[in-house]
Formats: sequence, structure tokens, C-alpha cells
Amino acid sequence: MKNTSEEYQLQVRGLEVGFNNKKNFTQILNGVSFNVQKGETLCIVGESGCGKSLTSLSIMGLLPESGGIRSGEIRFEGQDLTNQSMKEMSKIRGNEISMIFQEPMTSLNPVHTVGKQIAEAVRIHRNVTKKEAYERVVEMFELVGIPSPRERVHNYPHEMSGGMRQRVMIAMALACNPKLLIADEPTTALDVTIQAQILDLLNELKADLDMSIVMITHDLGVVSEMGDQVLVMYAGEVIEYTDSRSLFDNPKHPYTQGLIESIPKLQGKTEELPVIKGSVPNPDEMPSGCRFSTRCAFAKQECFVQSPEEVGTEDHPVRCWMYSGEWQKMTPFEGGESNDNSSSEAVDRQPIRD
Amino acid sequence: MLSFLLRRAGLMIVILFFVSIIVFSLVNVLPGDPALMILGQEATDESLEALREDMGLNDPLVMQYFAWVGDLLQGDFGQSFRDNTEVSSLLAEKIPITLQLTVMSFAIAVLIAIPAGVISATRKGTLWDSSATLFALSGVSLPPFWLGILLIFIFAVTLGWFPPSGYVPITESVAQSLWYMLLPAVALGVRLSAELTRMLRSSLLEVLGSDYIRTGYAKGLLERAVVYGHALRNSILPVITVSALQFAAFLGGTVITEEIFNIPGLGQLLVTSIQTRDFPVLQGAVMFMALAVILINFLTDVLYSILDPRIKLTGGSQ
Amino acid sequence: MEQSQNLSVQKPKAQNPRLRMLKTMLERLLQNKLAVFGGVVTFLLIFTAIFAPWLAPHDPTEQNYSAVLQAPSIEYWFGTDNLGRDIFSRVIYGAQVSLQAGLISVGIALIIGVPVGLISGYYRGFIDEYIIMRMTDAMLSIPALVLALALAAVLGAGLTNAMIAIGLVLTPNFVRLIRGEVLAHREKEYVEAGKASGISDFSIILKHILPNTIAPIMVQATLAIAAAIIVEASLSYLGLGTQPPNPSWGSMLATGQGYLDSAPWIALFPGALIFITVISINLFGDGIRDMLDPKMK
Repeated sequence: MKNTSEEYQLQVRGLEVGFNNKKNFTQILNGVSFNVQKGETLCIVGESGCGKSLTSLSIMGLLPESGGIRSGEIRFEGQDLTNQSMKEMSKIRGNEISMIFQEPMTSLNPVHTVGKQIAEAVRIHRNVTKKEAYERVVEMFELVGIPSPRERVHNYPHEMSGGMRQRVMIAMALACNPKLLIADEPTTALDVTIQAQILDLLNELKADLDMSIVMITHDLGVVSEMGDQVLVMYAGEVIEYTDSRSLFDNPKHPYTQGLIESIPKLQGKTEELPVIKGSVPNPDEMPSGCRFSTRCAFAKQECFVQSPEEVGTEDHPVRCWMYSGEWQKMTPFEGGESNDNSSSEAVDRQPIRD
Repeated sequence: MLSFLLRRAGLMIVILFFVSIIVFSLVNVLPGDPALMILGQEATDESLEALREDMGLNDPLVMQYFAWVGDLLQGDFGQSFRDNTEVSSLLAEKIPITLQLTVMSFAIAVLIAIPAGVISATRKGTLWDSSATLFALSGVSLPPFWLGILLIFIFAVTLGWFPPSGYVPITESVAQSLWYMLLPAVALGVRLSAELTRMLRSSLLEVLGSDYIRTGYAKGLLERAVVYGHALRNSILPVITVSALQFAAFLGGTVITEEIFNIPGLGQLLVTSIQTRDFPVLQGAVMFMALAVILINFLTDVLYSILDPRIKLTGGSQ
Repeated sequence: MEQSQNLSVQKPKAQNPRLRMLKTMLERLLQNKLAVFGGVVTFLLIFTAIFAPWLAPHDPTEQNYSAVLQAPSIEYWFGTDNLGRDIFSRVIYGAQVSLQAGLISVGIALIIGVPVGLISGYYRGFIDEYIIMRMTDAMLSIPALVLALALAAVLGAGLTNAMIAIGLVLTPNFVRLIRGEVLAHREKEYVEAGKASGISDFSIILKHILPNTIAPIMVQATLAIAAAIIVEASLSYLGLGTQPPNPSWGSMLATGQGYLDSAPWIALFPGALIFITVISINLFGDGIRDMLDPKMK
């Protein structure tokens, strides 16, 4: 996995992002780092509120006004995006890096035709006439599989179905042949059958157009379909990072294990699905130790006090005390309800019922 | 679309019918004898009775009403009690003057409100925003007659830049006419402008937080293009609706503004007709104003359905 | 011992939820500095109006030909008018007229508008849809000032008639507002339950629907008072409201307009007072609206 930086399409290093309230700065992302190679798909997985979307908005330079990048760098083809001016960023956005969003309904302007909205994107970045831009839109519609594209360009968003609207969004994002596509939960708002179609389309287009994809999702099904590499995030931190095969075969972090166990399987007994108890802690109530400690079935006393370092192999780093040398010496946690489950063998876990 | 238009037109006629009842009742149901008003206290009983018979005042009220509406429908608004001139020709003479005042002050209102609303929404929390909010807050509480007098005091009496009152027909001298009309137009327009600024600000703030604005940035648009190309058009829709609802109040403002600046328009005609109890003129002027308000609201609905493509499918909402 | 302690700790929490809601609302109102400002000024104006006879240094109608058109001085704080009357005293008495006009005309609009709106919205039907609603449409399409002028003209000049005219003109706003609220509430479960258990329509309207409409009525009524004050001042300016020699801000403006070059204080003080009064009531009304529903902005 060793690569020189030129081969990376995107390199994120120690990203710290948060929001300025009236008085203080609430940090949400805590040292997020990852790489995306050319032509590769990276999936960022986690529950809502874990900082996935904030990561993608940071890359795009679209953080809300109160938000800010405190430290870290985001290198796109070697160029740091965090210190680009508004104007320079706008040349990159929609041109070299594009983004599609969760809600295709609200992400399109209701008062303009879809054709006009995509043609606008083309004309910002390419010196073409209105007519040429529309030709490009029709071409893109064909590419993303919108039937009778010449008529459809004159439709308004509300005249299309959800799946078609997401295809429009994809057409818009890809109209200028970006090198990187960020897809923030692009299928969450869609019906299951449409979801599969959109994912297939993205995979197809990725190969055809030779681009990289950062796919934000909470759905491990999407990961198995799309991901080359997977980044698991929890409460603003990267807790596990590996290729998707290793992740499913050998999940290390208790949180990842929990996520994988909660996927319904087709075979097997129809017992209750295990779920991870509780929810992501609020940014201002972050545990002082491991951020997952409050929900972890294996947590030892030290877990609540001291934050774990990234350990594991270079190809499969994980942020958990269990994989560090000290784990055996650590004191088992007394007094919690789930402490009877102190075995370190992950496979043997008892499902925790909510 | 057609059924929507037809339904709205039908509603318009029903409302006009009710307006005509109100206007008719104002004069005929409430106490007061028009014949006495025309001839004055010294008139003999015989001449009064003759005039009443002549005017149809002895007919049942319902008959009188239908006679009056029948005339209205033929464009006959009756004759002034004062000098027997046709009310319709009086209206035709006065309407262009008031129209000039309303168009000018509406233009001033929009010219102030759009930049003020945009700046205050896009620079939220800055000094610009506070000034625009202060303007909006005080503007809505400035009655046109007080602002008019204040403007006369500052710009006409103290500084001497503008004439304190009066009117020059636009056919006589365009520049002079605009010059004379500027202070009245400001006096009338500031309140509407404040109202529009306030609405545009909140509407724009809501739109700027929406997903498609983020999409605009994501495809590489700069703030200017996002605000003017995407946000403004969407946020102006609710502003248009509310400003149409404000039109009645706006037209009411012309009455007092014309009175203060001594502009011989519809408003002054109305006030004079009240002071001289010239009821046919009063009725005609009120009918016309209501018609204007109803028409403006109708046109706004049509405009709205053009500006918002989503309306066409639902066929308008009632 | 421990139990009682527990109880005393528990008690404030289990406090009457309405009381708690009222408290948070009041806190929200007090945080809104502009609304507090508006409220305080409004209160001062009411105070001034009530105690006008004790606060005014001069008789507001007393003419003094030896002190005509005098500039503001220690003797005459706001100067004197063309008849030598003390502007300061007239402005104070004018507050009486304006506030009285605002309150009484809104009161008239409420007395007519609330029952009509309640009944119209509750029973719906032909009369509601085709008579009452279209009638309000018609009234609202005649500019309020024009309708008030015409009514005042027909009823005859004077403050009482002006208040009646303004009240009638404001009524359709309340009818529409209350009808809308009733429509929103009449399908709710508690109304259905009331009907099912045989409670009379009258007590459903009075006990279940009316209380739910009070908040929006309060807001609308406050803002309507400001509007009514403007209309009254306009009518007085045009000579159809308060009759001379009684002081009213509108008629003082009309007089003052003729003396803008020689004695501008005649017009400027009452004008400023109209502005201060209207903006204070508006700020206060906005504050109440935000207090009752912060999302309604």
C-alpha cells in the first residue's frame, strides 16, 4: 500500500474540523486521515453524526459559515485545498471534484429546468455556447441512462421520479469529467430497486470515465457493492481503515464488528438482530478516553480514561486498545451491566439487545 | 392552467359583486339624503321631492341597486353632484396621475428593497444587516403622511432641493414631472420598501439554507451567481404574493400622499368628493380602487404560476 | 425526612406545565431587547395618556394670542402653535386620543370579528364560503384608509364615528384569522371527542376552540392597534377624525404643515410621537409573536 503522493488522487492528513459557537469552538473531526488512489472507490462508513458528511463538505470547501478547518491538509493531486481562495475553489468544484447529495429532490432548483441547471455547470467550466452546453447535457443524459434525453432536458425537477432526479444529479456532477466524485449517501432517499441501479451506474461510470469516488454511506451493503477501500468513522475519528475484503472477513474494531453483525443475512436462524446499544455521543459530551468506550461491550477501565492510538498493520490500522500490547495488562471494567462479556474473542460476542 | 384562470376570474366577479354592494350601501343604506345634499338646506320640499323622483331615490333599494350596477356595467359611473361632469371622465383624467405616483414609488420600493434584502441576508450579522433591519423596522412604522411632511421639511423647506408640493403633467415636461413626483413617491414607497426588505431577508435566508443552493456552489458557481441566479428568484416568490396583498394598503397610501403633496390624482378626487359629499364621484373612485386591487391580485396569481413551474401541475391553490 | 426532601426537590419539576411554559415565554420575551424597549415605551405612553391632566403644564385648548408660534422654550417645551396653544400639552392629550382610538377600534373589530370567525369556521357551509368569506375579500380589496374615510364621511366627522369606521374596516382581518384557526382545530381529536360525548357546539367553541385562537388573536390585535392609530391620525389629518379644538396628532400635523417654514415644531413633535408610538407597539407585537412561537418569524 506504499505509494508516492503523486499517485494519490486525494490525500487527507490530520483533518480537524469544527464549529464556532458564540464563545467556543466545538471540534467534530479529530485527526481524520485517508488516501484515495486514482480510479479507486473509498467508502466512508458510520452512523449519522459521526462526521462523514462534514469530511466530504470539507473536501469540497462547502462547510457552513460557522464551520472551519482548524488544522490538517486536504491534498488533491498534490495541491492543498484548505488554503485555496473562494475563487480558486470554485474552479475546482464541479470541474475536477464533483459532489452528489442524498436528496435529489431538494438538491435541484425547482424553478429551473434540469437541462438549464446542468448546462450552467458546463458553461462555468467550459468555454462553450449555450447550444453546445445543451448538447453536452443530452450526451450526459444518454450516459446516465435517462430515456428520451432530448425531451427530458426541458423537464422541471418535480416532473421526474426520485431515481431519475438522482441520475440528473449524477449527470450534472460528471458533466465536466471530474477526476473525483464525492457521493454523500446518494441512494439513501431512494427505493431499494432504484438504489441498486444507481450503484451499478456509478460503478460503470467510474470505469468508463476513470475517476475516483469517495462514497459516504451508513449502509455496509453499499460498501460491499462499491468499496475498494473502507474507512470506518466513529464520533469524528477514523477507527478502522482497510480494503473492503479484509473489513468483511476480519473486522477488528468492536464497532465495526457490531455494524457487520447488524446486517440481516439471508441464511441462518431468524433470531433477533444484534444492535449496538446507545448512540454517538454529543461533541460536547465526548468521553475522555476511547470515544466508543461508552457503548463498547469489551471496554476495560483504561478505555474510559485514555484514548487509544492507531495500532494494527499498515494495511489495516485500527484505533482500539484490544490490538495494542497493553490490552492483557489492563484492568477489567467493574460495575457495568455488560462487563460479564469480558472475553476478548470477538467471535464469541453475545448479541446485545436494545 | 385555463381552468385555473377561469376559476380565478369567476372569483373576481363574485368579489366585485360584493364590493358593489358595499359601495352602494355606503351611500344609500346609511342615513343621509342625496337630494338634500345637492340642493342644500334652503331647498323647498317640492324641489327635493322632484329631484328624488328624478334620481330614482323613491324606488325600492334593490331596484336602485340594479339600475346603478347596470349603468356601471355600461361604463356609466353617473354624474358629479357638483357640476354634472361624467364621473368616468373625471376618473380617466385622474387615474394616470395616480398611476404615475404608484409606479414611481413601487419602483423606488423595489430598488431599495432588493439590494437591502440581499445584503442583509448574505451578510447576516454584520453592520449592513443591522442597518437594513433597522431600516425595515422603522420603515414599516412610518406612516406616509408623517414621512411626507418630514421630507417636505428637510428637502423642500430647509434644503430647497425639491418643490414642497404640486404636480406637473408628464406630457408637459418629463423631467419636471418626475422631479415634482419624487418626494411623494419616496414618502409612499418607503413603507412598502421596508416591508419588502423584511420579507425578502427572511425568505432569502430560508432559501440560502436549502440543498439546491449547496448544489450551486458544488458545481462551481461563485456566490454572486448563486444568489442572483438561484436564490433570488426562488425567494422572491413569497415576496410577490405578500406585496400583492399589500397593494390595497399601498393604494390607500396614495390618498393621503396626494393630499399632502397636493397632487390632483384619484386620491385627492376621493377626499374632495368626501368633503363635498359628492357621492357618485366617491362611489366611482372607490369602485375603481377595489377593481384595481382585485385585478392586481389576479395578475399576481398568474405571474406566480409563470414564475413557479410547480404551480401549473396543481392548477393553483385555493 | 429523606422522603420530604425528595418531595421538595421533585415539586418544582412537577410544577404546573402551563406555568412553566409561561415562564419560558416570559424569559424569551425579556431576552428580546427590542420587544422590551417597545413594551416599556408603550407602557409609558399609556401612563402619559391616563395621567394627561396632571402631566400637561397647560390647558391643551387654551389659546394665548400673546404667545403665538413660539419656538420651544422652558415655558413651552415643544413651542406653541398658530393660536398660541402649548404643543407639549396638546401632544400629551393627543396620546389619549390616539391610544383610545387604537384600543376602542380594535375592540370593535374583535367584538364583531371573533364571533363571526368562530361561527363561520365552525359551521362552514354556504354562508361561510359564499357570503362571509367573499364579503371579507371585498372589504379587504377596498384600501382600509379609503373604506374608513368613506364610512367616516357617511357617519359624520368626529372621533367616535372615526373609531366605529376603523373598527369595521379592521374586522375582516380578524374574521379571516379566527376562521383559519378554527378550521385548523375543528378536525382535532379533542373536538371530535367533545362532539361524540354530546357537548353542545356552543361550549365546544367556547371552551375548546376559542382558547386555542387566543395567541394569534393577541398578536394580530397588538399590530392592529398600531395600524388603527395610523388610520385615526390620517382621518384627523383629513379633518374627519377628532374635531377642533380637541388635540389629535393627525390634525396637529395638518395645521403644522402650513407652518413648516416658520414654526416646524408644530408638525414635527406630533409626527415624531406617531412614529414612536407605532414603532413601539409594532416591536412589542413582534416580540409577543416570537414569544408565542419562535418559528413564526
